[in-house]
Amino acid sequence: MATISSNLLFIAFILYLVATLFYGGSIKSKKELNEKKETNKWGKIAVVLTIVGFIAQLGYFITRWIAAGHAPVSNMFEFTTFFGMALVGAFIVIYFIYRTTLLGLFTMPVAILVIAYASMFPKDITPLIPALQSYWLHIHVTTAAIGEAILAISFAAGLIYLVKAIDQTKLNKRNFWLEVVMFALVAVLGFVAVSTVFSAAGYHEKFNWTDKHGTVAVVEYTMPAISGPHAGELLTKDGFKPLIEMPAFINAKKLNTVIWSLMAGILLYGLIRLILRKRIAAALQPLVKNIKLDFVDEISYRSVLIGFPVFTLGALIFAMIWAQMAWSRFWGWDPKEVWALITWLFYAAFLHLRLSKGWHGEKSAWLAVLGFVIIMFNLVAVNLVIAGLHSYAGS
Amino acid sequence: MKDVKCECGHVNPHGTVLCEACGKVLDERENKDQLLDMRYEGSARRSQTYNKTIVDKIWNFFSSVKVGVWLIIITLLASILGTILPQKMYINLPPDVYYEQEYGWFGKLYYQLGLHDLYGSWWYLLLISMIGISLVICSLDRVVPLYKALKAQRVTRNEGFLKRQRLFGTNHVIDDQDFDIVKKHLKEKHYHVREENGDLLAEKGRFSRWGPYVNHVGLIIFLFGGMLRFFPGMYVNENLWVKEGETTAVPETGETFYLQNNQFILQHYDKNKDKAFEKAIEQAGEVVKNYQSNVVLYKRVGESLPGEKPKLEKVTDYKVRVNHPLTFDGYSVFQSSFRSELKAMTFMLTNKNTNQTFGEMKINFEDPKEKYDLGNGYSVKILNYFPDFEFDKNGDPSTKSRVPNNPAFIFQMISPENPDGEKSFVAIKQTIEPFGDNTYKMAFKGIETKNVSGFIVRKDSTLWVIILGGILFMIGVIQGAYWNHRRIWVQNKNGQIWIAAHTNKNWYGLKREIEKVIEDTKLNMPDDQLQSEQADKGGV
Repeated sequence: MATISSNLLFIAFILYLVATLFYGGSIKSKKELNEKKETNKWGKIAVVLTIVGFIAQLGYFITRWIAAGHAPVSNMFEFTTFFGMALVGAFIVIYFIYRTTLLGLFTMPVAILVIAYASMFPKDITPLIPALQSYWLHIHVTTAAIGEAILAISFAAGLIYLVKAIDQTKLNKRNFWLEVVMFALVAVLGFVAVSTVFSAAGYHEKFNWTDKHGTVAVVEYTMPAISGPHAGELLTKDGFKPLIEMPAFINAKKLNTVIWSLMAGILLYGLIRLILRKRIAAALQPLVKNIKLDFVDEISYRSVLIGFPVFTLGALIFAMIWAQMAWSRFWGWDPKEVWALITWLFYAAFLHLRLSKGWHGEKSAWLAVLGFVIIMFNLVAVNLVIAGLHSYAGS
Repeated sequence: MKDVKCECGHVNPHGTVLCEACGKVLDERENKDQLLDMRYEGSARRSQTYNKTIVDKIWNFFSSVKVGVWLIIITLLASILGTILPQKMYINLPPDVYYEQEYGWFGKLYYQLGLHDLYGSWWYLLLISMIGISLVICSLDRVVPLYKALKAQRVTRNEGFLKRQRLFGTNHVIDDQDFDIVKKHLKEKHYHVREENGDLLAEKGRFSRWGPYVNHVGLIIFLFGGMLRFFPGMYVNENLWVKEGETTAVPETGETFYLQNNQFILQHYDKNKDKAFEKAIEQAGEVVKNYQSNVVLYKRVGESLPGEKPKLEKVTDYKVRVNHPLTFDGYSVFQSSFRSELKAMTFMLTNKNTNQTFGEMKINFEDPKEKYDLGNGYSVKILNYFPDFEFDKNGDPSTKSRVPNNPAFIFQMISPENPDGEKSFVAIKQTIEPFGDNTYKMAFKGIETKNVSGFIVRKDSTLWVIILGGILFMIGVIQGAYWNHRRIWVQNKNGQIWIAAHTNKNWYGLKREIEKVIEDTKLNMPDDQLQSEQADKGGV
């Protein structure tokens, strides 16, 4: 069952990739993309592929659930994969409201990156610790992820807005920051690339190191150590000698992964720039020329409106009910709880700002981008860096 | 203050921007060519009208959405600070030691700034209460005039009002039946259609306008519920440790309820049985499957004198597990932790030279005996017992507590050869023979432990208020987010048919709906004047 499950996920992944190409194709046609019910042939194929992919991933989810005996949302791999699936699902819903394939061209790559990122984590089916043994695991985590996914659609729409609205003829602050967003997406790809390469090569090296309490422990690297652990002593013969040694309070292994990802990201980004001969956002600009700004602005706003109640319900209310049962208090200022509150406050501020005219359009699009950054921070950094009650066993 | 009478005859309160009845612009502050600002229907809001007294100033400060947003942003940023290092409730050392030891100068600074208890700090609570005040005033400032304006609106609208709607169009030629077709379509789309003087107003989803106010009320109730916790008796939160086999009064119940702990159970996943998790268990080592205390809950019957053993009546048996608290009479008992305590230690009296043994003795820590007779003339006396051994300031042996965390003994070993006995000091991993070489020693044989279950006893009478607030908030936020307030005006002006439309959000949906409504008629789709306005500016 577990094998069927991972095959289905792989099929879904490939389908999403192919669908993205078709979304690209659907843009090429000269027809107006705004507010028209008709989608061209390419677009229709893209949507069908997306839906089939979504069904395949649903199959992955169900079969893994059967294999594990609990909903597969209990570790970093499972949760992130589910988030990717929710993103595709949210896109499908929004697509049937607004019928624009351009949104697919921007959402699907993000979903693909999310799923690719997820599969860099250990994929074993993990048993549930006592606190997680509750049907609220399924309810709370899935609802929260779906809410975040709908909110993330506003990021995709915001990105379209910014790509279209920002002048790319000269370098300025706005297109610099937009390019930073593009680079961040490429850097995720960089992380996936280096992780895949080193794991395919079976790279391992071990160190003895001393932590901040003076205890000596062994740490195993799966990438050559650029940043070595504190007082590290290489145990593996012919292992790569660290270039810099880190102080004890820094997790040198995680930092090493970040360094490698950034290096790969820069390399990839450089290659892309070399081929495109312009900024990525500038290269994307022709694709969005047929869409109206206030139309994407509305999609972005509407996604927040739809996603906000779902997020509140899943990430705060259901979370509180479960916390009351498992930990005896509905709120305990655990970092993950606080970051859910921060996300919620952010989108509350977003919705209030939309009341005043000056915050429509580009400012609103930047906020949508920032909202997604917060969601990603909550998913990645809070789980892996700021350890708390919610931290998954990640590496 | 003087009211304003509009040319349509309606009397508006002082400060009204758009006539409540016909929509005529009464207060021409804005540019005439621009679209109307339809927020709050241009009603007379207190904050926009008065600004003289100190009350006005405070009211105006808190009624501003801008101030509200700033409060949200500041709270957001402050909350981030609290996640940099663990908060004081998640550390297991005194804060003044912990932060510096773990995080150096940064930790020390963090502690000195009070960020280790950020969410309980006075200024964080002040921020939250300011948000609360802002919620109340913002809502009151808007909801009352908005309600009045929407209630007073008439079907026939002022020309200027219609022209300056975002969706607006005129039609010269129409068929006679067009008006009826439109009306039929509107009704099919669940619009509430009103007619006056041959003019038409179709409206739906007005209740979604109340969504924000409903959710604000929910939030206020929620915050109020959080405040109630500070009142005595509303909130109980105690730790309770019960050893296996013991019965203890549940704290804060006025000695009414007693909990007996029969057994504490700790289970791990077994990779041979739980096949699906085989690989993960190999990776992680041991994974806990269950923390459970099998308990019996008793209730005291009748009064008992101090010192007398209370009479208990069994209420229920229960298996307290994580996620499955025992609840009774408003209290909940949660499985929160456990520890093992030494119950007994076993020693063997052994001849150091021959390794021959002369019987074993088991010391029960709850009831250590003075003398253990091993038979055949061998016996051991306990001269001194230190349950939690340490050397005090003078270097003498002493005990930190009565809990046998680190037991130590001074034994007197009596044998036929040494009827006066040999003295030996025995602690964990060390033996001291104060008077030189002994013939015998106390060889350590084994320990017995006993589990102590850690419970949290909680009673939270504020929960109902919190739940009510949460439910109201959800209702309000869904009401406001998933429905839209749409109005379509179809009116006769100067022999033409004018169509204007307004929605508080989702203009795309409104446009699709109007397209459907004017199907099979000669009416033209009204223009989106915002889009053409932007196009004029050289935008799209």
